[in-house]
Amino acid sequence: MSATLALLVAVPILASTLPLFLGLRFERIGWPIAVATLTVEVVLAALVAHRVFTDGRFTHELGGYPAPYGIELVADGLSMLVVVLIAIVSLSVLGYARVAGPRRNSFYVAYLLLCGGLMGVSLTGDVFNLFVFLEITGLATYALVASDRSGRSAVAALKYLIIGTAGASLYLVGVGYAFVATGTLNMVDLSNELGETVAYTDPLVVASFAFVAVGLGVKAAVFPLHTWIPDAYAESPDTVTAYISGLVSTVGAYALARLIYTVYTVEFFEAVPLAQDALVALATVGIVAGSVLAVMQPDVKRMLAYSSVSQFGMIVAAFGLANETALIGGVIHLIGHGFLKTGLFVAAGVLATAYGARTVQAYANLGYRSPYTTAALGVLALALVGIPPSIGFLGKWYIALGAVNADAWVVAAVIFASTLLTLLYVARLLETLYFRPRDSVDIQFDELLADGGERDDPSTRVSVGMVVVAVAFALAAVGLGFAAPLFETVLEPFAGRYL
Amino acid sequence: MSALEFLTTGYAYLAFAFLLATGLYMMIASPNLVKKIIGLNMFQSAIFLFFVATAYVQGGSVPVIPQEGGAVGEYASPLPHVIVLTAIVVGVSLTAVALALIVRIYTEYGSLNEETIREVARR
Repeated sequence: MSATLALLVAVPILASTLPLFLGLRFERIGWPIAVATLTVEVVLAALVAHRVFTDGRFTHELGGYPAPYGIELVADGLSMLVVVLIAIVSLSVLGYARVAGPRRNSFYVAYLLLCGGLMGVSLTGDVFNLFVFLEITGLATYALVASDRSGRSAVAALKYLIIGTAGASLYLVGVGYAFVATGTLNMVDLSNELGETVAYTDPLVVASFAFVAVGLGVKAAVFPLHTWIPDAYAESPDTVTAYISGLVSTVGAYALARLIYTVYTVEFFEAVPLAQDALVALATVGIVAGSVLAVMQPDVKRMLAYSSVSQFGMIVAAFGLANETALIGGVIHLIGHGFLKTGLFVAAGVLATAYGARTVQAYANLGYRSPYTTAALGVLALALVGIPPSIGFLGKWYIALGAVNADAWVVAAVIFASTLLTLLYVARLLETLYFRPRDSVDIQFDELLADGGERDDPSTRVSVGMVVVAVAFALAAVGLGFAAPLFETVLEPFAGRYL
Repeated sequence: MSALEFLTTGYAYLAFAFLLATGLYMMIASPNLVKKIIGLNMFQSAIFLFFVATAYVQGGSVPVIPQEGGAVGEYASPLPHVIVLTAIVVGVSLTAVALALIVRIYTEYGSLNEETIREVARR
């Protein structure tokens, strides 16, 4: 039964070879294979979620080698939530990808490989194995960002590759230091050794934490390590942006939480308060910086990208505060942000496909031309601000409460200020969508063809599936706003174990 | 441990720090995209050197246990070697993806210089 964990990782990786082989015979086989595989993933994720819900934490030893020597996969409250998020988002984005493309079979190879890598990061219980899965995730993401084969996206992907690989390598240095200090790579074993055989204040341990935090901070796009995020999100195809925005930096932040709580533990923070203070301080600066940068962007995708920087600052600050309320808030916001950003990028993608609208200006009066999509966009954007009832409100509420509980008044104030800034750029978007007359902007050149003919390019067609995905995410964002008791029951054993 | 002793026994760690810094500087300072990737490779190789150096045991032999058993004496630690082997594979695939992207960029912009590409892309 615990083999479901291994299957969650293995199924998409094995299935990712199929589009290439079957592609030799069939032309458009990638999409059906991806749908079949990811449906299996959703079922497996549901099985894991059910088991964690009833029995609590469980593990699977890969290849039958016992834990400290072999690699184990672990499912607990935190990793289960991330696994469910990955499975649902991966499957839903396919509903958008069918018509929007890219339709090449090789695109779906990278798509499935990314899903496998993300699952691996969220389930592994071994710090070096985590590095390998991070790099699988990275490799697939770099390929996906450049998957429309344009020069601009290739430049964005290369920038992401250089920064992301440097980050992962720094993480590996941190792992190396921890390995030298303790002689083990298993997470649970490491946490037992740290503080026992080697003091938390040992320079080797402190340095290893610094390297790990910076390395994973790059992956999670925490300010000032976020510089890859605007280009990677803005230049990649809309399908890819929707897919990676909700998941890739999410598992980066998840890995950071996993390392902080499971490996270094809260006692490390108590022994080395500087580490905790530095982490919370940087994350808090990131909340403000991300929001301010988002307000200044004329391009919608860039604005949403910088908004992610701000949200991840908030999530990492919550993890750094290390009390139960903040931890639960951080996880809720992590999951919630995944749903919200995916939905927002899907909605933005629909509007870009239909009207070629990529800037806030070009959104003028679209509210009455695509009522469902813009309504979904509006709901998701308001949820991002934190208007109740929504998942965005729930996450921010718990984080702010946790900050107050920890007497971190600066963090609480910054969360409030950033909510106002978020409201600023969201209100600007909504105002343009619904209240600004169409005449006040120039006619979009995308809508006109020189010979006056009909546009026949399939990539500019909006399918029902694309709109349905956007609306479904908006409904989920509101529905999850009532799921606070559910999150608490799932996360309480996790918080109890590590706090 | 005196400074001289560290120089004679721990020089591999000094090389690690030097290569790491050099690779990082190359990644940041060189405007040539291929040289950035070479810098990235140097950065990663430094980490491999670090891992291999930690596995070294004075007078230790290759950690291959004879089939009939009876392994005695000092052995070098095999785990860091396995880690490095895996990390090398990861590094090679990253270099491949990076070079593929650079080929794409070169056909699009006709240059490998970061500044030139930025100029052309802005137009």
